[in-house]
Amino acid sequence: MNGLKTIFAELLGLFVEDGSFAVAIFVWLGLVWFVVPRVPLPRVVQGPLLFAGLLAILLESVLRAARRPR
Amino acid sequence: MGPTIVAAFLASLVEFVEALTVVLAVGVVRGWGGALVGSGAATLALLAIIALLGPVLSRIPLENIQLAVGVLLLLFGLRWLRKAILRASGIIAMHDEANIFAKQEAALRQLEGSRGGLDAVAVIAAFKITMLEGIEVVFIVIALGAGGKGLLIPASLGALAALLVVVALGAAVHRPLSRVPENTLKFAVGILLSAFGTFWVGEGFGLTWPGEDWSILGLIVGSLAVALIAVRVARATRARRHGLTSRNAS
Repeated sequence: MNGLKTIFAELLGLFVEDGSFAVAIFVWLGLVWFVVPRVPLPRVVQGPLLFAGLLAILLESVLRAARRPR
Repeated sequence: MGPTIVAAFLASLVEFVEALTVVLAVGVVRGWGGALVGSGAATLALLAIIALLGPVLSRIPLENIQLAVGVLLLLFGLRWLRKAILRASGIIAMHDEANIFAKQEAALRQLEGSRGGLDAVAVIAAFKITMLEGIEVVFIVIALGAGGKGLLIPASLGALAALLVVVALGAAVHRPLSRVPENTLKFAVGILLSAFGTFWVGEGFGLTWPGEDWSILGLIVGSLAVALIAVRVARATRARRHGLTSRNAS
C-alpha cells in the first residue's frame, strides 16, 4: 500500500509541484478552450494568445516565489 | 524529428544522471551485485511498460492523444522551467549530485543487511530509484513520440543514447556526474517541453498557429526570452526584499 502511495505521489509530482501554478495553468487552458471559439478574434492571434497567458502565469509564479520569505 | 531526438536525449540525460547517483551509492556501500540486479529488474519492468503502452497508444487517433499528452507535457515542462528559473536566480538551492551521493551513502551505511551475496536493501534501493526516474523517461518518450506519426522511434533513440552516455560515464568515473550542468539542462529541456506542449494543446483546441509547425521555433525563442527575463527579475526582487529585511533587522 505504501509502495502504491509512493508511486502515485511520484507520478503526481511529475506534473504538479506548486499547486496554485498547476491550477492557474488548468484555468487558463479552460478559458482559452471555452472563450476563443466564441470570440471573433483574428485566427492568427489564437495560438500566440494561449502562449502569452502561459508565460504570464510562469512569470507570476516565479515572482511570487521570489517575494516569499526565505 | 531532430528537435524530438534532442529533447528526449537531454530530458532523459537529466533523469539518468539522477538515477546513476543513487545506484552508484548503492553499489559502493552495499555491493554491485544488488545494485545491478535492482537496476536491471527495473529496466526490464520499464521496457515491459513501453511494450504494453506503445501499441495501445499507436491505435488511438493522433488528435485525441495530442491534446492529453500536450497538457501533461505542458505541466511537466513548465514545472521544470519554473524550477530551473528559481535555481538560476538563487531562490532555491542548485541540485548537487555530490551532496545527494554523500547523503545516500550515509543512509545506506546505517541500514543493516548481508554484505556478502545479494543484498536485499541494495536490490530494493536500486530498483526503486531506477523505476522512479525511468517512469519519467518513459513519460517523456511517449509524450514526445505522440506528437506526430513516426516520432516514437526518434524519441526512443534519444533516450537510449542518453542511457548509453550515462552508463558509459558512470562505468568510467565510478563517481556521481556532478559536473553535468544539470540546471542548464533542465532549463533547456523545460523550454523545449513547454514549447512542444503549448503547440500540441493549441492544435488539440483547434487554434491557428502562424507559420504552422514553424511556430514551435517561435515558441522556443519566446519561452527562452521570458525565462531569461524571469531569472533577472526574480534575482532583483529577491535582492531588494533581502535588502529590506536586513535593514529592518538592523
